[in-house]
Amino acid sequence: MGLKRMNGMNGFKELNGLKKRALLSLTLLVAAAPLAACGSNASTTGAAADTQGASADASKPASVEITNVSYDPTRELYEAYNKIFQTHWKEKSGQDVTIVQSHGGSGKQARSVLEGNEADVVTLALEQDVAELEKGGLIEPGWVDEFDKQSSPYTSTIVFLVRKGNPKGIKDWDDIVKPGVEVITPNPKTSGGARWNFLAAWAYAQEHDGSDEAKSTEFIKNLYNNVTVLDTGARGATTTFVENKQGDVLLAWENEAFLSIKEHPDDYEIVTPSISILAQPSVAVVDEIAKKRGTEEVSKEYLQYLYSDEAQKLAGDNYYRPSNPDILSQFSDTFDLDLKLVNIDDDFGGWEAATEKFFADSAIFDQIYQK
Amino acid sequence: MGSLKPARKKNRVIPGFGLSMGVTLSMLSLIVMIPLLSIFVVLSDVGPADLWKAISDPQAVAAYKISLLCALAAALVNAVFGTILAWIIVRYRFPGRRILDGLIELPFALPTAVAGIALTTLYADSGWIGRLFAGIGVKIAYTPVGITIALIFIGIPFVVRSIQPVLEKLDGQYEEAATMLGAGLLRTFRRVVFPEIRPALLTGFGLAFARGLGEYGSVIFIAGNIPYKTQIVPLVIMSKLEQFNYGAATSIALVMIVFSFLTLFAINFIQSRLNHAAKGAEN
Repeated sequence: MGLKRMNGMNGFKELNGLKKRALLSLTLLVAAAPLAACGSNASTTGAAADTQGASADASKPASVEITNVSYDPTRELYEAYNKIFQTHWKEKSGQDVTIVQSHGGSGKQARSVLEGNEADVVTLALEQDVAELEKGGLIEPGWVDEFDKQSSPYTSTIVFLVRKGNPKGIKDWDDIVKPGVEVITPNPKTSGGARWNFLAAWAYAQEHDGSDEAKSTEFIKNLYNNVTVLDTGARGATTTFVENKQGDVLLAWENEAFLSIKEHPDDYEIVTPSISILAQPSVAVVDEIAKKRGTEEVSKEYLQYLYSDEAQKLAGDNYYRPSNPDILSQFSDTFDLDLKLVNIDDDFGGWEAATEKFFADSAIFDQIYQK
Repeated sequence: MGSLKPARKKNRVIPGFGLSMGVTLSMLSLIVMIPLLSIFVVLSDVGPADLWKAISDPQAVAAYKISLLCALAAALVNAVFGTILAWIIVRYRFPGRRILDGLIELPFALPTAVAGIALTTLYADSGWIGRLFAGIGVKIAYTPVGITIALIFIGIPFVVRSIQPVLEKLDGQYEEAATMLGAGLLRTFRRVVFPEIRPALLTGFGLAFARGLGEYGSVIFIAGNIPYKTQIVPLVIMSKLEQFNYGAATSIALVMIVFSFLTLFAINFIQSRLNHAAKGAEN
């Protein structure tokens, strides 16, 4: 080793300083060239998109492509919805539309858009994740009121998925804090869905403890002490419960729970608790990107059409609760419509306040794990 | 005459120090240095008080312990098991040896998430292997043991591939000579074979350990991710990111970089001390 290094040093000295520098800068240039090329490449495609956008205003091109960045459990819903929207858009504008779908954890998806994943529309699990895009300057303020029902075309709620026959006799929230009951739910710090779970449990505790915060915190603490696996996302928790057979009860989105039942009708059943939370997934046009790509019109229609009767029925078929009350009532066989639902704005003062109080660092969720 | 002189002077068959050094520096800066520096750029916006708050957060501290202990345990198991594995691949001829040799790299080739899910399915108490252990009351998946198993899985190639070439070069005559001079099996290994493979073993151990500290994909499925119990540092970083708290995430990342750096430094230090001692013994 030592000898080799010496040789290297000799070689170093021998090289004429100027020549060495020239070579060095040359290689740096060579290395940088493809980068520069990449840069200009990117801007050309940007320009192309711009011209495309401009021509869309004059005379529409034959086809258009939009990207919908969504969260995990909407996969099946949007697969079906994109088909009916394609037909609708063709009739309306004569254009063929291609929709690129992207699914993942809601927070992760929001971050990917923030970091450069070019989404024309986002359909995420939490209003807060969309708000993060607003903070990042990609979505214009006031998006919550851009579409009906606070931009939530479909809603869901949190229910219990238990093993067939309900061996632990789980009926309501107070049954799952009992010692010996193993609960599976994702981590509210990493999963949008899990925040709804937490808040639904909190709502139950508040109702039963007469809004005593200390008692509710104790209740939540007992609940999370029963959690044996805290997955990072909702799909992960479902896998842990369904495939790896962990735990007695899974706190699940209603639509996810129905999907599990559909797949394994003999293994599971759904238990609806006495009180739960109205989970309102949010949709929004990513203004900056849609503007840049000239897809504003189709993006807006894409989300607007989610409120059409046809799309609302489709949401119901995919076990989401339609936000149109008439269509929701058609699904009274599927959903327990008498379930008492609290909601984030009226009962928790909006997401910002709820996050501050429950999920921020060293807030209530962190406290319940402290010894 | 004229053509002979520079050739003799240069000592190198292939010239081009300037060129290769230039390529090296460019690649290193683009791929390693600049991304690492970006950590410090983000940190420059984080005040010292916030930095300390983030890195001394009790959940993070508990996670450091879990990550360090599991990575250490996994690296130790790999050091022993990897040496044996490298030994049988190099020293013995048996059917399926080449397949075994090829399998060593599998943990590198397999996407870590696939490995994690497969290990979890096997080691969960309803899984094939987990069921056996559950029978005697031992839980593997969703405990630190599960984390360690995932880390053993991803770390094994580092040790085997570090030691293998050294063992291949090690002439069997040394061992024969040692035996003929009256050394027993254990002594031959301890005084003849082990000193030869030791530097490679230390390197492999260090790499496996450092990789274990940072591993996310395969661990996340088999760890229960319960704060203070089975939450690893990379998950703490991820959860800070999920909350869009880039400052705190980067602060904890800094701690991980310092850990890794100290580990590699310590291994180099031990190595040089041992080499020193070995030389002293020779004199």
